[in-house]
Amino acid sequence: MNNSSSGNVGIVIVSHSPKIAEGAADMVRQMVGDAVPLAWTGGDSDGGLGTNVAGILEAIELAWSPAGVAILVDLGGAETNSEMAVEMLAEDRRASVVVCNAPVVEGAVIAATESSGGSSLAAVKRSAEEFYA
Amino acid sequence: MSLDRAVREKLVRALAESMIEHADELTSLDQAIGDGDHGLNMKRGFLAVLATLPALADKSLPEMLKTIGMTLVMKVGGASGPLVGTFFMELGKALPDQPTRADLVAATDKAINAVKARGRSEAGQKTLLDVLVPVQAVLADGGDARAIAAEAAQAADRTTPMLAIRGRASFLGERSIGHMDPGSRSASLLIGAAVAILEFEAVS
Repeated sequence: MNNSSSGNVGIVIVSHSPKIAEGAADMVRQMVGDAVPLAWTGGDSDGGLGTNVAGILEAIELAWSPAGVAILVDLGGAETNSEMAVEMLAEDRRASVVVCNAPVVEGAVIAATESSGGSSLAAVKRSAEEFYA
Repeated sequence: MSLDRAVREKLVRALAESMIEHADELTSLDQAIGDGDHGLNMKRGFLAVLATLPALADKSLPEMLKTIGMTLVMKVGGASGPLVGTFFMELGKALPDQPTRADLVAATDKAINAVKARGRSEAGQKTLLDVLVPVQAVLADGGDARAIAAEAAQAADRTTPMLAIRGRASFLGERSIGHMDPGSRSASLLIGAAVAILEFEAVS
């Protein structure tokens, strides 16, 4: 997990596999450097393949930005757990965190690129979702 | 239905034991049409719930159910954590300390709607809703514990010929047909364990 401070939209990568999440984060960093707050999480609470709400909450905290946070997920449980995590956030933060309906690797890179230009959370989400639509 | 502290503790132990004892079976069902972690995930979640006893049973029924739900959300992982956890949390929000059957009917209806919203799913898609919905109907129709347990088991069986529309099994398309849905099986086991305790207390 890593982070940087900026006013740009933060990106959180959630995969069942910590290796995929970390690798996708590496690809994002290569594109945007430190211009975007970024965090990744993957694996269940025992370290096996899976996702867990506590890890996602921690990643949202790490990637937090006043402009909001866009979450990229891989398969079903990652999405369900991410939506659960968003609902568990403090009420004033909930509306500033969105789960994108986009492929995790490509979506993360596109979302981060959009964010690095200072785009809004809605624009970041839209570009990630539109790329493969 | 008396739900004093001793019954609450027994109920928690019965729910947890049903998942721990059947972990291997749930995992092998999930290996057939999912990612093979359902048994392990549910066991991990309920071991975490067990670890909060005896203090857990000191709580009122609504608080106890909310705590169980939150523990499952945090510990189960997979889509089942938020789905089953949401069910328990919503029951906790909707039930009074000593519920009547009417309270239970209303609360289970709310909890099922919350599960539908969480999974963006409906009955008929080869998920735990295919057990929760028909069992809730038996509860609402006045069925006794035996009828509820029987419906839970039969409803899980009825998922075998269904085509999966939601969850990992939906990737298999028609190959999901012919296998029981693991989430339906765990739901039916939990319901069976719960009504066995509640029935036992009702006649004692």
